[in-house]
Amino acid sequence: MATILAVDDSASMRQMVSFTLKGAGYDVIEAEDGQKALDKAKGSAVDLVLTDVNMPVMDGIELVKNLRTLPDYKFTPILMLTTESAGDKKVQGKNAGATGWLVKPFNPEQLLATIKKVMG
Amino acid sequence: MSVDLSQFHQVFFEESYEGLDVMESALLNIDISAIDDETINEIFRAAHSIKGGSGTFGFKEIADFTHVVETLLDLIRSDQFEMKADHVDLFLKSVDCIRTMINQFESGVSCDLEVADELKAAFTVLLDGEGAADGDSNQDGLSSTGEPHDPQSGADGWQIYFKPELDILRTGNDPVRMFRELSELGELSVVAVTDGIPSISDIDPESCYMAWNLTLIGEATEAQIDEVFEWVVDDSELVITPLMPIDGQETNSNEDELTAPTPIEPDEKDEIIDKEVADVKQSETKKLVAKKEVKTESASIRVGTDKIDDLINMVGELVITQSMLEELGKEFTIENLPKLMEGLAQLSMHTRELQENVMRIRMLPISFAFSRFPRLVHDMSKSLNKKVELVLLGEQTELDKTVMERIGDPLVHLVRNSLDHGLELPEQRLAAGKDEMGKITLNAFHQGGNIIIQIIDDGAGLNKERILSKAIENGLVSASDHLSDDQINDLIFLPGFSTAEAVTDISGRGVGMDVVRRNIQELNGSVEVESTEGEGSVFTIRLPLTLAILDGQLISVGEQVYIFPLVSIVESIQTHDQMIHRVSGGCDVLRLRNEYIPIVKLWDVFNIKPKHETVEDGLLVIVEGDNIKIAVLVDDLLGQQQVVIKSIRENYRPVHGVSGATILGNGTVSLILDISGLIKLAGVGRDTYKKINDANDTEAA
Repeated sequence: MATILAVDDSASMRQMVSFTLKGAGYDVIEAEDGQKALDKAKGSAVDLVLTDVNMPVMDGIELVKNLRTLPDYKFTPILMLTTESAGDKKVQGKNAGATGWLVKPFNPEQLLATIKKVMG
Repeated sequence: MSVDLSQFHQVFFEESYEGLDVMESALLNIDISAIDDETINEIFRAAHSIKGGSGTFGFKEIADFTHVVETLLDLIRSDQFEMKADHVDLFLKSVDCIRTMINQFESGVSCDLEVADELKAAFTVLLDGEGAADGDSNQDGLSSTGEPHDPQSGADGWQIYFKPELDILRTGNDPVRMFRELSELGELSVVAVTDGIPSISDIDPESCYMAWNLTLIGEATEAQIDEVFEWVVDDSELVITPLMPIDGQETNSNEDELTAPTPIEPDEKDEIIDKEVADVKQSETKKLVAKKEVKTESASIRVGTDKIDDLINMVGELVITQSMLEELGKEFTIENLPKLMEGLAQLSMHTRELQENVMRIRMLPISFAFSRFPRLVHDMSKSLNKKVELVLLGEQTELDKTVMERIGDPLVHLVRNSLDHGLELPEQRLAAGKDEMGKITLNAFHQGGNIIIQIIDDGAGLNKERILSKAIENGLVSASDHLSDDQINDLIFLPGFSTAEAVTDISGRGVGMDVVRRNIQELNGSVEVESTEGEGSVFTIRLPLTLAILDGQLISVGEQVYIFPLVSIVESIQTHDQMIHRVSGGCDVLRLRNEYIPIVKLWDVFNIKPKHETVEDGLLVIVEGDNIKIAVLVDDLLGQQQVVIKSIRENYRPVHGVSGATILGNGTVSLILDISGLIKLAGVGRDTYKKINDANDTEAA
């Protein structure tokens, strides 16, 4: 079973994502900001990272940059959850090494479809 | 699978309220002349989260409105729009508006968009002005992610040339996955173009040197194909051409090639896959226990994980002690007595710690109650034309959630009162030689088992003459009474007292200080005022940390044991004859330091048989409730201890004079006495109290 690290500072989004993913049979690790996500990523084997962009302490872009410096996360798919109004964030995210993005707002079905795209 | 999103609504509402509070306090703290990036970021993030959440959970109206707010914030954040003071007000109004909308959704009322539309119009004006061009270009940039071709749907299929950048693997994108996705759209053939692969010595195993020619036969639209390459199109060479029906030959030739070996995977690819498999296995062996989401209830409380961890620790300790005692009990001999005592001491320590930790779960920092004041003071000082600085101290002081919820209104009332009646107008302050900026301080701290909240203003102070004349006018005291300053100040808490000459919009809401005091007393707390004319006033609220536990004084009457809340006890005395006076009307009074206090015989009130029927033989416990002192006759004072309050109202029905019950160490039930109720029950209300003190024309202590 694959493990997904879900990062969002909003508890409701985290719960929604986590609930949806668990329902689809994934293991989920939650983190509420980039720094916590990075700490958790170091201690676990994660197959996919889903991260919000705007977060306190460490934002999603920094998280991606930091993850990519870790040998275990060189090739791990990292998806950013971003809003349609944040076009430059997508570019920044890509440059930092993000795999792709999912545009907010999204529903559980869209989330699973996107996950399937990278996890198969 | 379908997910019921409504289960996340409550969490969304809660975090949105929190986000709005963050926005509000950040907005109030903004220094318009030097806007701090982090503050704007904080506000933006909160708005952004609310927008994201409301969109996701189907609150379109909130999402639409918050979007405009967020857009302007984003421009301010990126220095494309200059924020001015009236913009702060606009944002503050938006915070209110969003709060109202969330509230409406939460209570299931349909959303009223009138205010939102008005504000939205104001935002649109701002956005159309200075920064609009940038905002739009942003959006355009992303919606038109390279669409060089007309969408073709009449084609038999598509010819795709795909040459990813060298780094594609390092972004976690995998061409194989894309091909797999394409193959779901139709019949896919893949031909690898290996021209780009350098000699073996120059190969960087983490780079992708390949390109591919892909043929997709089927009814897929170009949009679908674009979607597959959505994340990589900007960095890759991607050419998508439709296969027209006439190009039959070309298709065939491609199909021939299709049978050629499946795309050569660079070796490192396999390594990666192997590694992934290994990772997955690893993750399975040390799989985290999936936490079942706690179902949100209407009244939920968020608890820091450290508090929970502490609890688990304590329970662990308790279990160890328990098993030690059990072991000891199996073959107990008297030599083991010291060990037993030690074990019991440990047990009592752990129990107490566990109790404290459980209590801590219900504790929230008082900042939850304080947070509304910056806004309140901001708005109020504007409408009163006063200049006010609000200082919040001890915001991290923790308080029981229920107490917090119930102290909110009294606090608001006191702060309004200080602002309205306490602080002077700027010109009056200047005339009095003070800084024109008034100051209100909210201070919270722990003292013993209580929390103290002070509302301090540096205003004019209470006008004792006016209070006294008003009290005489209203018949609360008589002109012949000689009252100390503190007693005069205390008059403002009496029912039917109000000195406000004109009922103002601010504090003249028909709620007097007596209601404030009563609300606080219902929480087993007290409120007092100290004031120096010309220098200001200090209102001090004293509250128990929790409503579930009470410091009690155990007393006995006959066979019964009752409990007085320790806070209500003034003193306990043994009497002698000279102190007791019999007043006409059958009530005995105690003369204590020139004050006359009615005596209430508990055995009489509760109709039980005491050891001592007369005042001289027993003990008098002087207690105070509702500003009235009574001396309660009891047989004996027992110990003081913390008792856990069990509700009688919930388990039986309301009983006058009794606020609850508890179970004592020996297993018997003991009633906790409610002083105000007891006073009513004994029929020694304010009138009696006043009458006996007037009749004796006392000099106040």
